Amino acid sequence: MSVAALQRVADRFPEAVVQGYTLHGDETLVIAREHLLEVARFCKEDPELDLKLPLSVTCVDYIDEKPRFELVYTLYSITKKHRLRLKVRVPEEDPEVASTISVWRGMDWWERYCWDMYGIRFSGRGPMRRLWLYEEFEGHPLRKDYPLRGRQPLLPEADVQDIYRGPGPGPGSPPASRSNPPRPSQLPIVK
Amino acid sequence: MSQDFQAITTRREEAQGFFERMISRGLGWARKYSLFTYPYATACCGMEYMSVSGARYDISRFGAEFPRFSPRQADLLMVIGTINLKQAPILKRVYEQMAEPKWVVAFGVCASSGGFYDNYAVLQGIDRIIPVDVYIPGCPPRPEQVLDALILLQEKIAAQNHKLVDHRPPAPEAVRPAGRDLVTGAMK
Amino acid sequence: MPEKHDNLETAPAENPLEAHLPTRTMSINMGPSHPASHGTVRFNIELDGETIVRVDPEIGFLHRGFEKSCENVTWTQCLPYTDRLNYVSALCNNFGFLTAVEKLAGIEIPERAKYIRTIGAELHRICDHLTCTGAMGMELGGFAPFLLAIEARELVWDRTTELTGARVTTSFGRIGGVERDLPEGWVEKVKATLRKVEEFRRDIDTLLTHNRLFIDRTRDTGVMSAEDAVDFGFTGPMLRASGVDYDVRKAHPYWVYDRVDFHVPVGTRGDNFDRYYVRMQEIEQSIRIILQCFEQMEPGPTIIDDWRFVLPPKPHVYSTIEGVIGHFKLIMEGIKIPKGEVYSYTESPNGELGWYLVSDGSGRPYKVHCRAPGIQLVSGLEHMVKGSLLPDLIPTFDAINMIGGEVEQ
Repeated sequence: MSVAALQRVADRFPEAVVQGYTLHGDETLVIAREHLLEVARFCKEDPELDLKLPLSVTCVDYIDEKPRFELVYTLYSITKKHRLRLKVRVPEEDPEVASTISVWRGMDWWERYCWDMYGIRFSGRGPMRRLWLYEEFEGHPLRKDYPLRGRQPLLPEADVQDIYRGPGPGPGSPPASRSNPPRPSQLPIVK
Repeated sequence: MSQDFQAITTRREEAQGFFERMISRGLGWARKYSLFTYPYATACCGMEYMSVSGARYDISRFGAEFPRFSPRQADLLMVIGTINLKQAPILKRVYEQMAEPKWVVAFGVCASSGGFYDNYAVLQGIDRIIPVDVYIPGCPPRPEQVLDALILLQEKIAAQNHKLVDHRPPAPEAVRPAGRDLVTGAMK
Repeated sequence: MPEKHDNLETAPAENPLEAHLPTRTMSINMGPSHPASHGTVRFNIELDGETIVRVDPEIGFLHRGFEKSCENVTWTQCLPYTDRLNYVSALCNNFGFLTAVEKLAGIEIPERAKYIRTIGAELHRICDHLTCTGAMGMELGGFAPFLLAIEARELVWDRTTELTGARVTTSFGRIGGVERDLPEGWVEKVKATLRKVEEFRRDIDTLLTHNRLFIDRTRDTGVMSAEDAVDFGFTGPMLRASGVDYDVRKAHPYWVYDRVDFHVPVGTRGDNFDRYYVRMQEIEQSIRIILQCFEQMEPGPTIIDDWRFVLPPKPHVYSTIEGVIGHFKLIMEGIKIPKGEVYSYTESPNGELGWYLVSDGSGRPYKVHCRAPGIQLVSGLEHMVKGSLLPDLIPTFDAINMIGGEVEQ
């Protein structure tokens, strides 16, 4: 983990960096959406940073904030042994950001995961395909407003009565949110 | 351990003559001791299936040694592990491709009832799409439990009515479309 | 050695009889229920004869909603979900997750807990590598290595059952340490077990490493250069087999890895044989680590004494009001991890297992993201087998050691 890496990117792209901080030993840079690709390319190709190993892209849904989604890129350098986290805020109305697979091929499936689970589109790589769910699935399940039990079966299912519910809000109840947190260990009997 | 279930029946089509009963018991004996499993392994229970077919908890001493990875050649479909909604049509297709007589074992709680994965992705039990003969609870079940279930299945097979030429229609499908709202999960 | 056809149309033709016949490629589907696809991957393969032109692995047949489930339960209740990610080495997942939560909460666990975690993780690393090499032997035609590996794994599982209570999905460890100390006499039993495991490992080695058939199938198949491996995000034995020396245990030591002495095997050619051999060597090194841990361990507490994170001892719960309230709040509301985010990483048998956690200060996680090493390994599959024969797909996919639980969470 090195603060020098943070400083180097901030010096090179002063207009792109919104915020930089260190928390629990992780260096994080919040950058603007438009500059993601050039910052990414710089991170990989700069000999001091050498962040060649793409670890993952993930997305966090801050449903009560605007812009809503936050993409989190985690990068590592094997030679320099430091990590960097890049964060990009993406609004709900226009969830699109440049794809980084031209920089690191390993980001391919993680970007598909972000599309599948959150609905973030990545431009410059053709139509987005789902990774874990089937194409007939509608919606993006990891968004906070998608219900936990919103099943979309592909086959007609027999009417087997469930008498026990797993953890989480029950069927028919509103989805969990900040103002309506689900209670732990709910064991309602489903009629 | 096997008990002979001589079902007392008064229905003509279920009545068995002496020779039919002999044949049925012979075929039942042959079928139960030579099960060819199709291990439909998906998840963690697959590890326990490997242990069951390994050298210590030997499943081959029960006659069920060889897995047959083609549904046409198998007669026991062991659904091992979580079946999610994407995998469900494939499971149904494999089940339909199997030839009669066939039996289904739901290995593990995920296959029996969805386990503790009560969410948008997981089928809550394979008995919603195919009929199941034996359920093995456990997450994952111990190999001894699996062998106990196999013995139970063998007793069930022995008690069934086996015919040399069987004109029965194939096993009924366990479907009546469920009335659930797709988004909230509430019953319609 | 099979030639790699990159451009099928311009194969050299001396006379019209040997000119390349115009053909179409054949698409076959190696379906999700296949013995060699470890249960849950569908390969859409396009073949030209027997040469792979394009392979597209389609995953998602074991997606169980891990992240969404974790967001709806308390931090401790996430632990069984993490077991079932990489189910062949559940302890590594458990301890990785707990390390991440402790980093977020700023907790330092006791020394003995660190040793127990190291021992548990290395035991399960042995199990994972045994399963992988056994399965690799089996799918290339040899059933005996598989049976030996399964028996060796059973012996290790006997010991982990005594420690944790379960064979496969252990859910061991709590935020703040481990909840149980080592059972009596366990250390001696583990040493005896490890001697037997070493014998089994040597048997598998004898059967496979110098085996003509195994070498023909695995040497120079599924080759991945070091640069490409890094670009695809490979970590773990796959990366080390390609020649890149990156092991989280050496690069960023955690728990007690800086106090034990072990080597990290690194391959040279990046083919399937190197990946298999790296794993075999790692089993040996894991045994070394465990024995050193036993020598270095000191008696002491195994879990911290802070009632904000750890359940109070039962005598206190039943006799003091603070104990009751502490217990009640931890169970009903969950452990209140302070607000923040963290990325924590450990070396799981497949690679770097990363955890990105976001906490909003309540008793439940806001986001639990598991950076599964397997995802990028499977996405690199096409690069590894493009242009080689269809049977080369099998050892390559085995060597990746894709565990459906972590790749599809």
